[in-house]
Amino acid sequence: MREIITQALHGHNAEYVEVRLEEGQGTSLQYRGGEVEDVVRSSGLGGCVRALAGGGWGFACFNDLSHLRQKVAEAVSHARHVGGERVRLADVEPKVDIVPATAPRDPRQVPLARKKEIMDQYAQLMLSVPGVQTCRLGYGDGYRKTMVATSQGTYIQQERVHVTLRLAAIARDGGDVQQASVSLGSNGDFSVVEDLRGPVQEMAQRAVAMLKAPQVKGSEYTVVLDPVLAGVFIHEAFGHLSEADHVYQNDRLREIMTLGRQFGGRHLNVVDGAAIPGLRGSYSYDNEGTPATKTSLIREGVLVGRLHSRETAAKMGEPPTGNARAMNYGFPPIVRMTNTLIEPGAATLEDLVADIEEGVYARNWYGGMTSMEMFTFSAGEAYMVRHGKVAELLRPVMLTGNLFTTLANLDAVANDLAMNQGGGCGKNGQGPLPVSNGSPHIRIQHCLVGGAA
Amino acid sequence: MILEKVLERALGVAEEAEVFQVSSQETPAIFEANRLKSLETRETTSVALRIIKGNRIGFASTSNLRDLDALVEHALEVAPFGPVAHLQFPGKRAYPDVAVYDAEVASFPVDGLVSLGNDVIRALRTGNPDVLWEGRVSKSVATVSLVNSRGTEVSYTRTVFAVGMEGLLVQGTDMLFVYEGESSCRPIVDTTPIQSSLEEQLALARAVVPPVAGPLPVVLTPHGVAGMLLMPLLSGFNGQTVLQGASPLAGRLGEKVVDERITLRDDPTVPYIPGSHPSDDEGVPTTPKPLLDRGVASTFLYDLQTAAQAGTKSTGNASRWTGAAPSPAASVLLLQEGDASYPEMVKDMAEGLVVERLLGAGQSNVLAGDFHANVLLGYRVSKGKVLGRVKDTMISGNVYQVLNNLLGIGKASRWIGGWFKTPALYCGSLSVTARPRRDGP
Repeated sequence: MREIITQALHGHNAEYVEVRLEEGQGTSLQYRGGEVEDVVRSSGLGGCVRALAGGGWGFACFNDLSHLRQKVAEAVSHARHVGGERVRLADVEPKVDIVPATAPRDPRQVPLARKKEIMDQYAQLMLSVPGVQTCRLGYGDGYRKTMVATSQGTYIQQERVHVTLRLAAIARDGGDVQQASVSLGSNGDFSVVEDLRGPVQEMAQRAVAMLKAPQVKGSEYTVVLDPVLAGVFIHEAFGHLSEADHVYQNDRLREIMTLGRQFGGRHLNVVDGAAIPGLRGSYSYDNEGTPATKTSLIREGVLVGRLHSRETAAKMGEPPTGNARAMNYGFPPIVRMTNTLIEPGAATLEDLVADIEEGVYARNWYGGMTSMEMFTFSAGEAYMVRHGKVAELLRPVMLTGNLFTTLANLDAVANDLAMNQGGGCGKNGQGPLPVSNGSPHIRIQHCLVGGAA
Repeated sequence: MILEKVLERALGVAEEAEVFQVSSQETPAIFEANRLKSLETRETTSVALRIIKGNRIGFASTSNLRDLDALVEHALEVAPFGPVAHLQFPGKRAYPDVAVYDAEVASFPVDGLVSLGNDVIRALRTGNPDVLWEGRVSKSVATVSLVNSRGTEVSYTRTVFAVGMEGLLVQGTDMLFVYEGESSCRPIVDTTPIQSSLEEQLALARAVVPPVAGPLPVVLTPHGVAGMLLMPLLSGFNGQTVLQGASPLAGRLGEKVVDERITLRDDPTVPYIPGSHPSDDEGVPTTPKPLLDRGVASTFLYDLQTAAQAGTKSTGNASRWTGAAPSPAASVLLLQEGDASYPEMVKDMAEGLVVERLLGAGQSNVLAGDFHANVLLGYRVSKGKVLGRVKDTMISGNVYQVLNNLLGIGKASRWIGGWFKTPALYCGSLSVTARPRRDGP
């Protein structure tokens, strides 16, 4: 394969050409109720060419690999057509490397019969809980080999194996339907989806309990977030605006996001990095062949770094961080987060809750969105906090915030860092991209919680 | 032909088989920071095989056209673990004549895409030079084909032309996003509606006013209706959800469930609308059908397997994501217009909101019809006049409650996203939560 790519890269007439080929395989199981609904075996092969010529970008993607040279010519011709001001790329030393997959318990070695047996068990377990109407379950695993070659001499071959599982229990009482869910994932470790009977049963019982739970009154509250939801919070609230492609072409945003700006208190430290090993967002090289790093984004409340591709790094005069990622060969790489986390502090969960007269303790994630300044994140599980203690169960809540006030209102960080491996991130039509995020328990003052009037 | 070859091989090892293929070519011109940033060509093909063997369904998909034998092997490999085949593949049928192809899109020059985008941005910059624009002008041609062991052979080609523009205005730390888009199976030549919508949004939204909270009347613009109500509402009509008893509408067909002025139809035969098609993704001919007929729940949406399990017929609503197995989904939705004019509805509010765009909608308990969202673009109305944009505001409610408490339905409707046509809705009372303004950055 390498020869074919190298040949295709010869004799082009462009400043930069990058060829990426991918092949992969996957298996998925979907359940609704106690019965399997779909079992899908998929495989794929495809590639893309990205070219920089005369100031613009050209891109071509395809499944038919037999006319690679022609595709290079097409991307170069597109780029010439765009023209305009010259785009520069930050220097990255060309690398040749082959990175095999790390798969502690490789899902490809697990027979389909065993996968189905485990999922059957979880489905039956959820349905056995009194009050549960039905359940949903989605299991997926896959393998992908990606080869990136550039006209500057880089050739990187990387393999990845992934496992994901999402379970939801649905309870119904007349027209009222409530659901509780859990999602998790790993880089090639099937054991994370085994032995979940305890948490699955607890989740199903919670779905039933939610039917009787009240909806919170919509208002501002002091909220405490568990590590899973706090991870989603930092991803949405701050992570996306630290992606340089959102700011590098907008002078006003660059001003707002000047390094050195104070965003939070001294207890707030945020990092992102694919170089943190063993997580869903971990890799050795990004899709431009830049080695992965670990980047400090906020240090003691101050903005100290951001995430870059080669283009955004050059434009902003900052070092490339290895964050240019594409969902697959159908897309050019753009700046993405990898593993994003709030570093632990010294407090405990009890400390965080202790002096709250009336507040909300929100756990688990259901979703999250951002428009950069404003963001939402929804909890899968919520409780009132009364007189310093976690009190009654609530229906799930959605919280919203504003980048410029909410981070400053984050006033306490506990010591119990945990990573959420069940999420995927979407941006510019590319999603879900494997990422992880995490945090210890955190507390936010004056957080807006949607709810009943 | 790939399809026939795969079908033949599959029938060598299975009792029944169905092969589905989508091949598409898309050319987008992508604009960033007020200028053309890149040009792309995307040529993709995927093939999916579904077999019935030993009364179980095996499913496999691939984009690797060099190894179609593997496709058959994979389907065979998973079939013993697949669901029991309740469905039967359809035999030869007649399909409605649905116009979704225009040769002028296929032959539309790339230069034309570029100049269209440049012209829109130039026009928008004249009145709003401080806004930074990004957008996408694209054309695509896609062919969908299906053959099965019962003699069905269907294929159609669809063209789509799409224009989308987003403006970002940064003032201090305030970020204002405005968006408008249009798509059609024919070339979009007149971009004035896109421009005027964006200009109007900017005119109303430039000024930020103190938010307002409480139970409030809300006018949802067509974008607002699509963003807030569509997902929780459609979830209730999905045949799979109904079958599992997880829809609030399960067992309520024929009952009045919302305001009698609400009629919602699924009509995949509307000409030149990107969501239209003569055949669904299982080879079943498409037909128009009401989901809500004057407030009464009329039809749930089914694919073959779900319909067979529910003891009914497929409604021709099977839909597939690339590489995935079919499941029921709406195609082209039309919400019946009412008799209220937009200015009348706004004028009627003593204190209320106009909601245009939402953030986080659909990330709540949609099964129950609930929604919670941040108002990404919404205006405060006081004494019948739009005052300006509100921020740090959340809106919550339940789609069935909203549609049972309507103060008005707009008389003008428009297309959103190439598959939903809706008027504005004037909602009686929604829970609005807002962060009081403090001194801050």
